[in-house]
Amino acid sequence: MKYAIVTLFAACLMLASCSKETTPDKEEGVKSRLTVEFDHIVGGEDLHLNTGNYSNASHESFQITKLKYYVSNFIFTNDNGDVYTVPQDSCYFLIDESVPASCHLNFDLPEGTYSKLSFILGVDSLRNTMPIDQRTGALDPTGLGADMYWDWNSGYIFFKMDGTSPSSLENNQLFQFHIGGFGGYETPTINNIKTVTIDLSNRGMPEVKSGWSPNIHLMVDILKVFDGVHTLKLANNASIMFGNLSKNVADNYATMFQHDHTEN
Amino acid sequence: MRLVVRLIGITFCCAVLLSACKKPETKTEDTVPFPGFTIPHNFPASTYHFDTNPITKDGFELGRKLFYDRILSRDQTISCASCHIQTSAFTQHGHAVSHGVEDRLGVRNSPPLMNLAWSTSLMWDGGIIDLDLQPIAPITSHEEMDDNMENVVEKLQSSSTYPALFEKAFGSKTVTGANMLKALSQFMLMCISAESKYDSVMRQEAVFTMEEQEGYTVFQQKCSNCHAEPLFTDMSFRNNGLTPSMVDDQGRYAITLQENDRYKFKVPSLRNLDYTAPYMHDGRLLNLDAVLEHYRNGVAAMLTLDPALTQNGTTGISLTEEEKQHLIAFLKTLNDPNFLKNPLLAQP
Repeated sequence: MKYAIVTLFAACLMLASCSKETTPDKEEGVKSRLTVEFDHIVGGEDLHLNTGNYSNASHESFQITKLKYYVSNFIFTNDNGDVYTVPQDSCYFLIDESVPASCHLNFDLPEGTYSKLSFILGVDSLRNTMPIDQRTGALDPTGLGADMYWDWNSGYIFFKMDGTSPSSLENNQLFQFHIGGFGGYETPTINNIKTVTIDLSNRGMPEVKSGWSPNIHLMVDILKVFDGVHTLKLANNASIMFGNLSKNVADNYATMFQHDHTEN
Repeated sequence: MRLVVRLIGITFCCAVLLSACKKPETKTEDTVPFPGFTIPHNFPASTYHFDTNPITKDGFELGRKLFYDRILSRDQTISCASCHIQTSAFTQHGHAVSHGVEDRLGVRNSPPLMNLAWSTSLMWDGGIIDLDLQPIAPITSHEEMDDNMENVVEKLQSSSTYPALFEKAFGSKTVTGANMLKALSQFMLMCISAESKYDSVMRQEAVFTMEEQEGYTVFQQKCSNCHAEPLFTDMSFRNNGLTPSMVDDQGRYAITLQENDRYKFKVPSLRNLDYTAPYMHDGRLLNLDAVLEHYRNGVAAMLTLDPALTQNGTTGISLTEEEKQHLIAFLKTLNDPNFLKNPLLAQP
């Protein structure tokens, strides 16, 4: 199994490196700034940690105290169909609602008009099994990533949402969704790696060019975590971590991203 | 080569004895030459990724200092060596489960640290895939050292001694979690136990007694399927028929969520058995006799019970009283008293 995974990675890397060679930056080397903003909302309201009161479709009220998740492996496609893959050493980000700057990601892309964006919500399986030296920045399990790493079951927590709800049967009415699972190292297990693809062609395509700094404004509706593909009730499960139910949370959170507009 | 090792060993001992008369705190630094990592002659190729973390004298010594330093725990009361004691083959003899800060208790028996360069996974459930990532678990576990990694790195950075030692080992005074973990790995990788009588016999430097030889035959027939030589584990996860405990620890299942992994635990090595009681993942069996009795009469019929422990519809391993005595005689040849006394691995 391990070899299968490694082979798959190798194939992916080769593909990635091939596609990179065909992008214009190789020849021209001109890149300009593009930002992607992750704006967290709850249905029709702004998300306010600790203070905002919200309720889900099951009429369960709740507050959110923590919202953190990894986004990685960004790929941008322009309107000519050229694909730009953000290099591995700079494509892992930890979004943390309590750190506003972390919700604005900066990229330097070859100039052009972009019609599609895709990324992984989580951390790919290759990076989950890399040597400690290569787990830097957001992925450092002894630093920025310490809160997002399972020490007992080597792997990253992709998504963490904590809060309180009167519907929760847990101590202090807490609820905790800690979702990870990269597919297992030797024995296959849960794989909650989700690829999110966003069409940018309807709400304004970013024009990446010198002197401009377009911003792709994404609305991230955390209500989808409860009411997405599956309906999850806090009264039934307020603590979802490494177990089969985590797959439902992952199915749901994969649907929470919407392109709202682009600030060109 | 063997003679050379012996001679070096004798030199160490003499040097240690001599230095003990003068300044004990400098004994290992000044007098024990660093042997580096070598694979014992009767061992297979190691599995650790030395390419990303080559062992150096300075890295090893930093790792050893960290291993014995209580600075790694939240209230500075517990070091790695608190539950991994050299004189018990780096486990905590006599404790079913270990005591962490404020005497908090975990749920599993601390395993002996030995021959980790050959270990393909860590922990009783194999949940940790890389030795370099292993220390994060005890350092951050509420029941063990109860600190967090960022804080530990900060404590080391602001100490008066560590930045210089990190510079010596890794070329930078900046303490990083990665380098700290690599240093700890370097120390643990050097905890090699390969000087038992069994090893001497395999290298044709000694012979078994009649009783040990009989026991070896029994062992090969009835035990080596799982406790494969020469590491005395095949690194697999198996259900050996222990009834679920009060905390219903399901072992490997928690890692893979595969139904057929329920109640499976890693096959432990049998090396240094005499020093590492109590036995099993939760330390429930207090002595070797109880372990052999478990395999004779105590194996519970469970859904995921290892097939090797069922024969013709009967669970367990048949063993006559005589075979049992022989087996115990053989198992004692797996004790490695030199490992317990190796000054290189002792607290500096």
